[in-house]
Amino acid sequence: MIYPLYMFVAIGLCAAFSILVAGKYREWLAPVAAIAASGILLVLSIDAAFIARSGLKIYPMGNWLPPIGICMMLDNLTGLMLVIVNLIGLVSLIYSVSYIKRFTSTVYYYSLFMLMITGMNGVVITGDLFNLYVFLEITSIASYGLVAFGVESEELEAAFKYMVLSSLASAFIFLAIGIIFIKTSTLNMADIALTLSNQAGTATGNAVLFASVMFLTGFAFKAALIPFHSWLPDAHPSAPAPVSSMLSGVVIKVLGVYAFARVFFNIIGITPVIMNILMWLGIFSMIIGAVLAIRQTDLKRLLAYSSISQVGYIFIGLSLATPLGIAAALFHLFNHSIFKSLLFLNAGAIEYASGTRSMDKMSGISSKMPITGATSLVGSLSIAGVPPLNGFWSKLFLVIAIFQAGKMNVGITCVVVSVITLAYFLMVQKNIFFKKPENAEQEAALENIKEVPFSMSLSMIILAVICIVSGLFFAPLMSSVFMPAAKALTDGSAFARMIIPGGF
Amino acid sequence: MLYILCTTLLAIGVYAVLVKRNMIKKIVGLCIIDYAVNFFYVVAGYKVNAEAPILSEGMDVMRINFVDPLPQALILTSIVIGLGVTMLTVAIAIRLYQKYGTFDTDEIRRLKG
Amino acid sequence: MKKEPGMSMIVKRITRITVSLIFLFGVYILLHGHLTPGGGFAGGVIIALSFIHIVLAFGREEAMKHLNEKLILFLEPVGGLLFLGIALLGLFGGFFFLNILPKGQPFRLLSAGIIPLCNIAIFLKVGAGLFTCFIALSLLRIDRSDKGDK
Repeated sequence: MIYPLYMFVAIGLCAAFSILVAGKYREWLAPVAAIAASGILLVLSIDAAFIARSGLKIYPMGNWLPPIGICMMLDNLTGLMLVIVNLIGLVSLIYSVSYIKRFTSTVYYYSLFMLMITGMNGVVITGDLFNLYVFLEITSIASYGLVAFGVESEELEAAFKYMVLSSLASAFIFLAIGIIFIKTSTLNMADIALTLSNQAGTATGNAVLFASVMFLTGFAFKAALIPFHSWLPDAHPSAPAPVSSMLSGVVIKVLGVYAFARVFFNIIGITPVIMNILMWLGIFSMIIGAVLAIRQTDLKRLLAYSSISQVGYIFIGLSLATPLGIAAALFHLFNHSIFKSLLFLNAGAIEYASGTRSMDKMSGISSKMPITGATSLVGSLSIAGVPPLNGFWSKLFLVIAIFQAGKMNVGITCVVVSVITLAYFLMVQKNIFFKKPENAEQEAALENIKEVPFSMSLSMIILAVICIVSGLFFAPLMSSVFMPAAKALTDGSAFARMIIPGGF
Repeated sequence: MLYILCTTLLAIGVYAVLVKRNMIKKIVGLCIIDYAVNFFYVVAGYKVNAEAPILSEGMDVMRINFVDPLPQALILTSIVIGLGVTMLTVAIAIRLYQKYGTFDTDEIRRLKG
Repeated sequence: MKKEPGMSMIVKRITRITVSLIFLFGVYILLHGHLTPGGGFAGGVIIALSFIHIVLAFGREEAMKHLNEKLILFLEPVGGLLFLGIALLGLFGGFFFLNILPKGQPFRLLSAGIIPLCNIAIFLKVGAGLFTCFIALSLLRIDRSDKGDK
């Protein structure tokens, strides 16, 4: 039952601080240390994901048994999220070896990046509510620093907006944790689940309802659902490309979707009211994100709006609270991490090669940048839901789950938005890669473009290959990875009985 | 009834962040929100006529009424986090002033759409 | 007419006395962290304040000649690594973060296992970090005659 979960946090922190110490003396040590640490973390997380299938594993820190001590938990959902976080982290680090050379003080970049990965690993493995908040803050503060990394005027403005809104959300989450702490006098997730289910129906109902609303607001800010999305279209384009891919691919999922699912499915029970609110938030995000994405001319801004739309899909899947619905949502979460990171890395490659992000000024690049063009085509077809790539299967399962739950209109809306997604991504592909140069300015710009360096191409190829492979092998993936992870959520507070009575 | 005071502070902080145009006032609003939530924890951990949770020599531990020490650790962590965020926000605000020449957020609007 | 850096003569004279007092007080709060309220974070902040006191009273250029900026920038991650090292030391006893040093008798200075060492590691990180942030913020001058670029 004991598994050394502390390694995820310890290795990340060790790497972050060692990079600061060693990087001042030898500059080349920083990327080497970061990639080595990230590779070790990926291997450990794949091992953890396999071990998690044989039951719940915990790790009590300092041998203080729960409910007194902080314990770390490993179940199927945690294993899946660990693999996603460390995989995208490693790929983004490989990409940033050549991309970051344009900036100064790259030592701080790698250190902040490792801190962000450590924070996200901590969020998914912790079993204690306040520890979740601490790691959430570590991740958020590291990402504030990374968004403002190249200190141009637009990046600073975006970073300021992001920082203010995100700290507001964190304050709400902290307040909600306080309310639950008052009512249950403990902070351990398993203990809170047991206490709340024992007390259900008595006078604590109003306090828990208020805490749920605060949690919902806080996590919806972090996940960028529609009334709370205004920081995302500014922050994601302004960050350097590997940071954008991490932010849009992993951070909004871990801090928003995973923490939300953990708190609402396992600790506070799911009620039909919450399911309804989630479904409406998801529907609005899906529609408005897609509609606003059509008129964008800036490539990364379009990708950011598309992120809002796809996170809406994930929340609709989560709000169904059936095993197939949640498994489809988790499959879509995995897929979206992969192809959105791929698309952001492509956008970064285009910007690196041509110096601009505006689609009006670009034309016909695919002859000069074959690898970028091919991987971008794979990514765009995946996100639009074209068979046999992975996006098609996750959207298919999602629509099937929605129809099974009886909500026909929502299902039809999902299909329509998927067609709109296909429309604007095909427009992106045509404008950037396949169109002939239309005027002299575009011809002149086309002359100077050449293919990106090797490390950037390698990371894009890895992600494209994962897209294709997970599209071909969707059936074993669905049944052996995503259904057990969904079961960990739909079991609700059953995990608590394994942790609390007797400890082990 | 101290909880009502705490909620009032939170409301004032949220108002300052959302409505005021000057960036420094927004940062002050963010600090007020942090104080409000920390204050909430202080009030939550209080017991009437109880002592501070510090042991000293010759104390009969079983009979003395102590205030709950756990919220105090949580507040300490939260204060440190608030300190870090405030410092980062102020640094970015200063750099923004150097780039745009004003603290007014209505004029810092190059990113549109 | 060259303005003398820093504050007036009275402040400089008094600073020489009070800085050592503040430093001593900070060390007391740091070392007695397991007996009285305070500990790593509070002690670290007070010790950093004593250095900031010098910078405020004497002006930044004058004070920076005597304080080694590179050393303080180096100490910050060392504090973090020391804390991680103490936590990993618990692995010898079987668990991460276990309290494995002898715990001694209560209410003495050398007791409570690893807690005093953790306090010192936290003090290094917090003190160095706070001082570095202060120096970094004071480097950015808001020059009223310069109205921004672009």
